[in-house]
Amino acid sequence: MTLAPELSNSSPEKLLAPVLSAFWDQPHSWTLETYRRHDGYEGLRKALAMSPDDLIAYVKDSGLRGRGGAGFPTGMKWQFIPQGDGKPHYLVVNADESEPGTCKDIPLLFANPHSLIEGIVIACYAIRSNHAFIYLRGEVVPVLRRLHEAVREAYEAGYLGKDILGTGLDLELTVHAGAGAYICGEETALLDSLEGRRGQPRLRPPFPAVAGLYACPTVVNNVESIASVPAILNRGKDWFKSMGSEKSPGFTLYSLSGHVTSPGQYEAPLGITLRQLLDMSGGMRAGHRLKFWTPGGSSTPMFTDEHLDVPLDYEGVGAAGSMLGTKALQCFDETTCVVRAVTRWTEFYAHESCGKCTPCREGTYWLVQLLRDIEAGKGTMSDLDKLNDIADNINGKSFCALGDGAASPIFSSLKYFREEYEQHITGRGCPFDPAKSTAWADNHKEVTA
Amino acid sequence: MTDGQTSLGMPQLPAPDYPAEVRARLEADAKEIIARYPGSRSALLPMLHLVQAEDGYVTRTGMRFCADLLGLTTAEVTAVATFYTMYRRKPSGDYQVGVCTNTLCAVMGGDAIFEELKAHLGVGNAETTADGKVTLEHIECNAACDFAPVVMVNWEFFDNQTPESAKKIVDDLRAGRPVEPTRGAPLCTYKETARILAGFPDEREGAVEATGGAGPASLVGLRLAKGETSHHKIGHPRGEAAGGEGE
Repeated sequence: MTLAPELSNSSPEKLLAPVLSAFWDQPHSWTLETYRRHDGYEGLRKALAMSPDDLIAYVKDSGLRGRGGAGFPTGMKWQFIPQGDGKPHYLVVNADESEPGTCKDIPLLFANPHSLIEGIVIACYAIRSNHAFIYLRGEVVPVLRRLHEAVREAYEAGYLGKDILGTGLDLELTVHAGAGAYICGEETALLDSLEGRRGQPRLRPPFPAVAGLYACPTVVNNVESIASVPAILNRGKDWFKSMGSEKSPGFTLYSLSGHVTSPGQYEAPLGITLRQLLDMSGGMRAGHRLKFWTPGGSSTPMFTDEHLDVPLDYEGVGAAGSMLGTKALQCFDETTCVVRAVTRWTEFYAHESCGKCTPCREGTYWLVQLLRDIEAGKGTMSDLDKLNDIADNINGKSFCALGDGAASPIFSSLKYFREEYEQHITGRGCPFDPAKSTAWADNHKEVTA
Repeated sequence: MTDGQTSLGMPQLPAPDYPAEVRARLEADAKEIIARYPGSRSALLPMLHLVQAEDGYVTRTGMRFCADLLGLTTAEVTAVATFYTMYRRKPSGDYQVGVCTNTLCAVMGGDAIFEELKAHLGVGNAETTADGKVTLEHIECNAACDFAPVVMVNWEFFDNQTPESAKKIVDDLRAGRPVEPTRGAPLCTYKETARILAGFPDEREGAVEATGGAGPASLVGLRLAKGETSHHKIGHPRGEAAGGEGE
């Protein structure tokens, strides 16, 4: 795309709001020492001065909503934990970031794991838990290393263990590495996995708040949700609510990827648009235009260039027919074949389907067969209705949200790009050259130009 | 398959136990793992990582060991071990080279990298080179899409890869030359990696701080917000090929 003129109201200084990422550029950003130099563990001190019930109310009033995709109010999740029930309570942090396109929690934990640990101590104080777990996907060993080290530092400094900061609060924190299963990002499958079983979702109710880990009251929160809590406590809920909208307050990490000039993490108030993000960051890669994108990972219905001005908050994206999800903005340009993209995502869902329920297990399998045929030029027009039909038999009828996620790219791509599917069928093959989509496709051209 | 035996579908005899000194050593580790959890069965996933740290894959002996210590049947352990993709079911190489071929990385070049590596190494998906060094696999999204296309070696990040850079990695690995990831620690073997996954911190000097803080793509938003650079000069975080573009 073209380079924009001078910075105007699209100035990144105005539009972005780094909080979690504010000091990722500092030397040794992952250490306790650096974290403390940037107000680290100050939110915890303020939280410990409140009563647990007041703390829950405070987080609820801040309007913080879950950053793992569903957007459920974090404080309300905490409030659901029954108190005085005599059972142990658990906090389980979902760090199983595996949704295709999603890449926010992993860089956050690599650069600044202490923000999560501080948030965990605050949350456990609120829900009266003495044991928390971080369920980290296994395939990210560099992050696991830094979590091990950060937890060690936190124990040594008295932020974890017995009688935390002299308050009488005891808290053990266990870092648990998963073993490669997308389904474990689903909170009840995660709990089964953490109990040493195959990661398959549980029937709800009972919800984890009543019968979660070891059948005890359990809060399962996303990394970014918990890591956002210390700043809310330290700088105040009014500061937090000054960003974003009334129903979607606060800051969040947007992850820009794909055929853009500057892929990366952009932390901004909720409600920024893809156009604003692209304008400030150099747009799509030179000479190309946006074709389709996901607002929050592959499970959220795709958008096109018609949706560049949709406010990227829970309500805005919902009103436009998709979901904010994980704010994983995967951008594909006109060189990309939609059928190829959707086929690959569907292969992913078929591979990751846990097999527990029939609609998802069988449906994703048959979707893959049809899509592979279409991509290879062996499809028929009736296959397109069949795709829609199978997706409809998965969506809302499967045991957990994995099935709904698998249906999303099918429905949305057929809605916006049915003609492209038809071209594969009538033209007996794919009209696109995959070599033109690669990151290095235009390098040679630029050198010789 | 490689031993020339044909499976007749008969039930196998129980797996042999570990030799006494191996078992004693693993038991000490396993007890440490079990102590981390209120319920002992929670130790099963890390213990399967521990078995891989010992044997390089999940052996029948390893599964029997897990079952013994956790009071489970070997069938229960097998059911779990076969559910998760990180548990290998056959001997594999010292270095697992995983090419992300989920949609975004595939489109950005992951498919091309995977094809080139298959041809270059003469192996297919999940196969190991004859020297036992490299097992090639395609992997799913590894939460690094802003560094696409991504290759993981023993689950360390190799960002912004090209077919040429990926071929150099496997050549260096096979020749025993040191290979360093873009984000992560200098490579250790697959077995040593599995031990970290079992929850035993990497003891190597400098492993935690290796390759420094956040990767370049993780910082682009922050740099813009601080007014440190206009978008003209963000340049391309994608390595040397496009690095000069913005300068």
